[in-house]
Amino acid sequence: MKYSPHTDKDKKEMLATIGAPSAESLFEAIPEGLRAGKLDLPEGISELELKKSINDKADKNYSTNKLISFLGGGAYEHHIPQVVESIISRGEFLTAYTPYQAEASQGTLQAIYEYQSLICELTGMDVANASMYDGASALAEAVLLAVRETGRKRVIFPESLHPEYRQVVRTYMSGYKVEFTEIPHAGGVYDEAVLEKEVDGDTACVIVQNPNFFGCIEHADRIESICHAKGALLIASVNPISLGVLRSPGEYNADIAVGEGQPLGIPLCYGGPYLGFFAVKEKHMRRMPGRVAGVTKDMDGKRGFVLTMQAREQHIRREKATSNICSNEGLMALAACVYLSSVGREGIKETARQNVMKSHYMKEKILKLSGFELFSDAPFFNEFVVRCGKDPEKIIGDLLKHGIMGGLPLGRFYPGMKNCMSICVTETKSKAEMDKFAEVLSKH
Amino acid sequence: MLKVEKLIFEIGSAGRRGYSLPKLDVPDADMKELIPEDLLRKSEAALPEVSELDCVRHFTRLSQLNYSVDTNFYPLGSCTMKYNPKINEKMASLPQFADLHPYQPESSVQGMLELLYETEQMLCKICGMDAFTLQPAAGAHGELTGMLIVRAYHTSKGNPRKKVIIPDSAHGTNPASAALCGYEVVAVKSDRNGRIDLDALKSVVDGETAVMMLTNPSTLGLFEKNVRQIADIVHKAGALLYLDGANMNALVGIARPGDMGFDICHVNLHKSFSTPHGGGGPGSGPVGVTAALSDYLPVPRVKIKRNRFILDAESKKSVGRVRAFYGNTGVIIKAYCYMKSLGGDGLKDATIEAVLNANYLKARLKGHYALAVDDEPCMHEFVLTGKDKKGFGVKTLDIAKRLLDYGFYAPTIYFPLIVEEAIMIEPTETESKDTLDSFVETMIKVANEARSEPGLLTSAPHSTPVRRLDEVLAARELNLRWKRPGA
Repeated sequence: MKYSPHTDKDKKEMLATIGAPSAESLFEAIPEGLRAGKLDLPEGISELELKKSINDKADKNYSTNKLISFLGGGAYEHHIPQVVESIISRGEFLTAYTPYQAEASQGTLQAIYEYQSLICELTGMDVANASMYDGASALAEAVLLAVRETGRKRVIFPESLHPEYRQVVRTYMSGYKVEFTEIPHAGGVYDEAVLEKEVDGDTACVIVQNPNFFGCIEHADRIESICHAKGALLIASVNPISLGVLRSPGEYNADIAVGEGQPLGIPLCYGGPYLGFFAVKEKHMRRMPGRVAGVTKDMDGKRGFVLTMQAREQHIRREKATSNICSNEGLMALAACVYLSSVGREGIKETARQNVMKSHYMKEKILKLSGFELFSDAPFFNEFVVRCGKDPEKIIGDLLKHGIMGGLPLGRFYPGMKNCMSICVTETKSKAEMDKFAEVLSKH
Repeated sequence: MLKVEKLIFEIGSAGRRGYSLPKLDVPDADMKELIPEDLLRKSEAALPEVSELDCVRHFTRLSQLNYSVDTNFYPLGSCTMKYNPKINEKMASLPQFADLHPYQPESSVQGMLELLYETEQMLCKICGMDAFTLQPAAGAHGELTGMLIVRAYHTSKGNPRKKVIIPDSAHGTNPASAALCGYEVVAVKSDRNGRIDLDALKSVVDGETAVMMLTNPSTLGLFEKNVRQIADIVHKAGALLYLDGANMNALVGIARPGDMGFDICHVNLHKSFSTPHGGGGPGSGPVGVTAALSDYLPVPRVKIKRNRFILDAESKKSVGRVRAFYGNTGVIIKAYCYMKSLGGDGLKDATIEAVLNANYLKARLKGHYALAVDDEPCMHEFVLTGKDKKGFGVKTLDIAKRLLDYGFYAPTIYFPLIVEEAIMIEPTETESKDTLDSFVETMIKVANEARSEPGLLTSAPHSTPVRRLDEVLAARELNLRWKRPGA
């Protein structure tokens, strides 16, 4: 298959206009010695052959839509209303570029503005940007903001922060002289006594993940007091669906709220593309990374939207920019925008409520089985950790044979938790499916 | 057609719903019994209250306010706005890809891992590199990954070094990525033709130079003929050479960065490899390296072990993780489909036709607009300057806005920074001669209008959903979100 439209006649006419003997001659600037030989790739194929070959590959995967999945750990299976896919697959959104020419991009710009507004509503923050790559890189950029703004060197995070997020933060900060302090958990949540001892006048920020990687809900307001008492910034990394019931970062006075927006209408898609959301208190907005859309007027006084506050960005400030981000996750932000508009004020609450009720039902079922006990008594949202009598990796393998994608074994992230796995239940699971899961588990 | 669409918050009404969930089939409880009240939200989020049709109509109308590749020619320089094949969208949305959880056991995602592995292999062959990571989510993310690799490499030799050399014609992401990684940026001047001045380069390269970031072809659309000499100068000082692959659409199948002396390169799957830009993203910015640097790539890596594909997170030298999970796999699937569809020869033909299209536009426009540089055929793009139109009181911005009236998106403007009143045009290979001709005729018409009726340009656009927007007002009176009345 080829997508270039030229006929031989077209090419001949074009070359005549250019005054070149052949299209190959246009590459004369590339020295002979640097020309590549024939590309060592197979010949092109037709659309029909492509479909067959991709379907063959796809068939080697077991998708969660054929299995009953209880996997979470930073990526969550939620119901995605059909309207989300229908809207984001429209070519007018899908095949547009970053809205540099605002007058020809009002659809994208207004959608970004609405997305920013929805994220602010949900998180209780003042200002949000147009998106970051994912939850982990959004957190890393939040840490960078805090270090630059405070001029301090210490970054404090909990053991219960998503292990991959911890790694990403460290990677991003590898060019900076910062010191990381990990606070252990006490019963699944921040050990506040240790935290209180560690936070000092050189602490740039304290990170709280809520709910944390163990699914537990943190006492964010108490962490906030400890953090702000020493003038450090509080960074909250939150699950957006949980905000249908849980206290918002704005309500516990976080300075920066970030998170993984995937639960808001974005398919699991083996880890990406996802959506990093990023919101701040107004006083931090000029240090925020990424694009921002704002309202303005046109020559006739009519409302319109443009990219604004661009003096922070790389195309203007180059090495002095607040971040290097250029392409973001625009289409995923649109998905979140359509999702939140579609479920709306009631739907976000009901979805969150169903997550709580169903995960608690599952917890009760599992606790009744012998060989399983709860890792923590802390309150949770839609995910909890159990200790198993057997190696969870073995249990998972066995469950797969019954069409169940069991929980997430935690030993690979925490060597001390080899007998633990986290189990996630969202609104997508029925009582019958949970009963089946418990029944198969009971044989272990 | 002048339209203003209300905000989603301005439509609907209290209590209206546009979603459905199954009835709760487990025992309901008082929320406070399960989660203490002090952890619960106090004030509700004021989300919209609309029906499904309200929602569909709102966003469909918004979509109609956009220009896009599916509806308009988009000659944005350095952005490679080629056609985004529909079949690739369909393939990436198959449930056996779209519904895969990133923590599924490897045994249950063999097809996915195989596809990622093959994509890496194809990119290695196209770029002449020894290893690739698919994790970076965009070009700038790839640059950051590259800079982290540079830092890790030099650190392993005992000194991370201090400086990154970047031409003054580079994309803004280059200096920003270097700075993000803790490096000091040293700009090197370009010569009259926008190429690297070798003497200027020699005078700034020393033992504290960590890497030079180079875009080839340059942002002026010209191949850096002295790239081997540049590589020698840089390598002699023990530094590395990095390719910003934004302009790979001029090279695929013709010349390989690895053969030119680059140690690291990133490619943009959302440019050269046809995945859609989505109004700003998602992109994907895989990074390739030579064998000497492969241990520094981010983890996890896709590998083969006992005939199975695995994700290997073990590497003592790795820079670490640059994001959660494994990359924008949904985007990577589309790029894989593209490379498979075109095949080796097809990819090369696409490059040749992209360059043919750019030279055709350049040949037809040069009598009407001044070229920034004209010493030879251009590669996949070229740069005009609007400075000779300033005499009529018309700026490049006005030319850009006037093009919108004729249904063309505008070229990239005011970039590269080294060209006054720059107009950077990249047609890509998927545009037909008819479209190019019609664009040329419009550009000529606009040039004539600039002379005869400049007011038409300075007050443009006239036929877009809104007229020229006041960016100064937006920056002065910041309104970055809707607020509920009374809040």
